Amino acid sequence: MFEQSIATLAQQLRNKEISSVELTRLFLDRIQALDPQLNSFITISDELALQQAKAADTAIANGSSSSLTGIPIAHKDLFCTQDVLTTCGSKMLNNFIPPYESTVTSRIQQAGAVMLGKTNMDEFAMGSSNENSFYGAVKNPWNLNKVPGGSSGGSAAAVAAGLAVAATGTDTGGSIRQPASFCGITGLKPTYGRVSRFGMIAYASSLDQGGPMAKSAEDCAHLMQAMAGFDDKDSTSSETPKEDYLANLNAPLAGLKIGLPKEYFGDGLDAKVADTIMAAVKEFEKLGATVKEVSLPNLQLSIPSYYVIAPSEASSNLSRFDGVRFGHRCDDPKDLLDMYTRSRAEGFGTEVQKRIMVGTYALSEGYYDAYYLKAQKIRRLIKEDFVNALNEVDVIMGPVAPTTAFDLGSKTNDPVAMYLEDIYTLSVNLAGIPAMSVPAGFVDNMPVGLQIMGNYFAEAKLLNIAHQYQQNTDWHLQTPTMAKGA
Amino acid sequence: MSIDKQDVQKIAHLARLALTEEDAVQYQHSLSSVLSLVEQMQSVDTDGVAPLSNPLEMTQRLREDEVTEVNQRDAFLANAPQTEAGLFLVPQVIE
Repeated sequence: MFEQSIATLAQQLRNKEISSVELTRLFLDRIQALDPQLNSFITISDELALQQAKAADTAIANGSSSSLTGIPIAHKDLFCTQDVLTTCGSKMLNNFIPPYESTVTSRIQQAGAVMLGKTNMDEFAMGSSNENSFYGAVKNPWNLNKVPGGSSGGSAAAVAAGLAVAATGTDTGGSIRQPASFCGITGLKPTYGRVSRFGMIAYASSLDQGGPMAKSAEDCAHLMQAMAGFDDKDSTSSETPKEDYLANLNAPLAGLKIGLPKEYFGDGLDAKVADTIMAAVKEFEKLGATVKEVSLPNLQLSIPSYYVIAPSEASSNLSRFDGVRFGHRCDDPKDLLDMYTRSRAEGFGTEVQKRIMVGTYALSEGYYDAYYLKAQKIRRLIKEDFVNALNEVDVIMGPVAPTTAFDLGSKTNDPVAMYLEDIYTLSVNLAGIPAMSVPAGFVDNMPVGLQIMGNYFAEAKLLNIAHQYQQNTDWHLQTPTMAKGA
Repeated sequence: MSIDKQDVQKIAHLARLALTEEDAVQYQHSLSSVLSLVEQMQSVDTDGVAPLSNPLEMTQRLREDEVTEVNQRDAFLANAPQTEAGLFLVPQVIE
């Protein structure tokens, strides 16, 4: 039951083969039995979930249901959920009960989905391993000694282990795609502005984008139907009309032009991961696609550009956590300055404080031109690389990450090594284009994700391409052994 | 690119973060390594390249200056560490 697709479960719900209350209980029981091994949830909203499930059963009985009605899903603990604790993985917000609902979670709720709880994540979405959470590291369901990736590591682990049918994530520099790759699930980072940021706790506002994480491209398409589209409450929301993400899933791929950027297959890429990616590309050739080499010459510069722009925006965004209106306040502040500095030092973890300071430095008097402005100019060069390549081909393919999931604790003492892990994902956020991670095989029993990058607002095309691949492969249907234990 | 302990304390002050001596030493190393990583930008010729702040190069959408939200004062105050008479309470600022 826990391995079924959204479409199958929706059919079973409509046929009254199972009720949403039964389905929700099944997943709540699985969370209770298995999550102690994974730590993928920060909050389990069981009472609310059962209420929503009852309402879904009523809606189904009345014939007014959508494909998400009664489907139990989880939300990354970065989306504000009204009256449900929202921590963003931080001690700073360990008592924060939002008085309002994010647009993404609101739309998914409107579509009738059931919220099981809020998933663990790197604090304020800053991390690539989910080891930066105040609520403890998340374990990879494929090997409990390995990281699930980050920052949406809880969402990825929960979906991979069958603790939720699907989940939401957010992606500022790879935070949907890299954990999806490490946990063997399907994830989509939409075009910047496609999914509303309203009610998402901000990290880097010009890069942040929410998206779906699920077992298959088809399940991601169902979530996108609900979550995507213009929102008046987000000033950078795109007015470009949203597509029908389900309509073209079955379009044939004959004639599809795939570009392979040579910079994605150079030094640093694990040889077995490279072989897995090339085998996936061969599969697309069998489906009628043609392949040519393209170049993204400024790829290496995405790391310095990102690690200036993201911390700069973070230092500004996170200035709101001052111990006055919400969040942690230190004991016995002796004056206002003491309250600010101690509340922030106590509430934020090391990686968050470091990024705030990098950003503060980059934006400070005398350094702005050399850092922030320079990084934004390089950002344009990176965007132009993608625009040029996507003039020659329909989509670009490559690895999501240079390796499979690494061991817990293996990179925590070397933050720069951790940053280099993001080499294949950061540039997509800087350019603002959409990209997916699709399960493409295993190396030493750990999943490998294929990255598919497309043009602005080409989400339906990406989902179509991924769906066709999944019609011809079964990598996305594999289940970790631990998930079968309950 | 390396920075000294005084630089770290200055940045921490600007960021309103209280650092112990021990923290400052640790951050001196980690900030220096990040700044070295980003240093490679300086060798790139970006003359004549316009900075890109929004990937879609959108202009800011404006709306009518009208009240669109309902007053939720009590709901918002409920998350505050300290309140009094409908106001956020902070340590005394003016003697």
